[in-house]
Amino acid sequence: MPTKSPRIDMTPMVDLFALLLTFFMLTSVFTPQEPAPIDTPFSVSEKPKPDANIMTVVLSADNRVFFNVDNGQDTILHYRPQILKEMGKRYNIEFTPQELRKFEKYPSSFGVSIHDMKKFLATNDAKEKAVFEKGIPVDSVDNQFGYWVFYTRQINPAVQALIKGDGNAEYPLVKKVLDVLQDYNVSRFSLITNLQAVTVDVTGAKK
Amino acid sequence: MAEIIQEEKGKGGKKRPKKGNPHMDMTPMVDLMCLLLTFFMLVGAFNKPKVMEIVLPDKIKKDQKVDPPKIAESRTLNIILGPDDKVFWYPGKAEAGMPLQVTNFSATGIREVLLDRNKALFDKIDQFKRDVISGKLNIKQDSLANAIKQLKKDDDTGPIVLIKFYKTSKYKDFVDIIDEMSIVGIARYILVDINWIEQGMVESALGMSKTAAPLTKK
Repeated sequence: MPTKSPRIDMTPMVDLFALLLTFFMLTSVFTPQEPAPIDTPFSVSEKPKPDANIMTVVLSADNRVFFNVDNGQDTILHYRPQILKEMGKRYNIEFTPQELRKFEKYPSSFGVSIHDMKKFLATNDAKEKAVFEKGIPVDSVDNQFGYWVFYTRQINPAVQALIKGDGNAEYPLVKKVLDVLQDYNVSRFSLITNLQAVTVDVTGAKK
Repeated sequence: MAEIIQEEKGKGGKKRPKKGNPHMDMTPMVDLMCLLLTFFMLVGAFNKPKVMEIVLPDKIKKDQKVDPPKIAESRTLNIILGPDDKVFWYPGKAEAGMPLQVTNFSATGIREVLLDRNKALFDKIDQFKRDVISGKLNIKQDSLANAIKQLKKDDDTGPIVLIKFYKTSKYKDFVDIIDEMSIVGIARYILVDINWIEQGMVESALGMSKTAAPLTKK
């Protein structure tokens, strides 16, 4: 019986681990939490989601509409505050530079009426923020969502529209959103889905 | 570790010459790194959402006069999405009192109906893909999508699918039916508004008593 336990030199393994760990840590992108839980449906599409120049329309299961837009390819472009500024002009609301900066940094989608935006940006508490998240109005009387789409496309013409909907969102709302997008000449858009492989039984169909 | 503790005990005494290299127990560190590595690998792998692209035709403005496109009745297939994942379909033109076929989104449901009508095109695309995989045809990956698009464009036998939504259908149905279109390789499909005849047909198929006579206007 050996008196000493045999030692293995673990240094190369640790080196490799450290390298891999650094790699995965740096490459992983954390998607911020949506304000409402979204359970996206499945599809066979294998096209990955684009990284930049996107505006996302989020439809929650309780039929609220959220909107999100990125800053463009480079954060230097500052698209988000410009869009909010234009929106403010439209509804006669003056946003301070601090508010614009806060809006630029806000990571997830928002479902706030433009009239509540000032109060929404003023608070840091998630619970207080949730009170204002009633969904962006999409009706023809108060079509704020349409203006968000309009100004986003005006400021960033290269923007692509994405729809991220919960499987249980009702179709009339989807239809309304699609109509608004079409009204503002967005006819090409993508639906965010989860991948699920499907094999088609050809022999079965041929019978 | 033992060596290190020993050295600490010997503090204060005379300095001893250093031993070879002191062994440190790296196991906890390796454990932790292993855990973190697994975490980041999995987060990276499962965090890739996919997108499904659809293109809608431009809206016709009210003051514009455009003749509605002529579609052969024999080629049209109407699909109405109802509540609870039910899929109704009928071929051709709607007539009041016509019965609807009921099916669902399973592999033997609407997919079989569509495949049956789209067999020629589906086989063509399938054969084409197989030729590419087996190396008979040598083309690049991005031109493959274009080639399939061209195949779809040239097709004139497959069905023209009109997709309609009953008011209680869900977003999931919308995604599922467009997904079916891409699985089966339907070349022409369009989303249209449901009309009152079809609404009546769905309601009578669902067994709603108040709209038993589908000819009464809503």
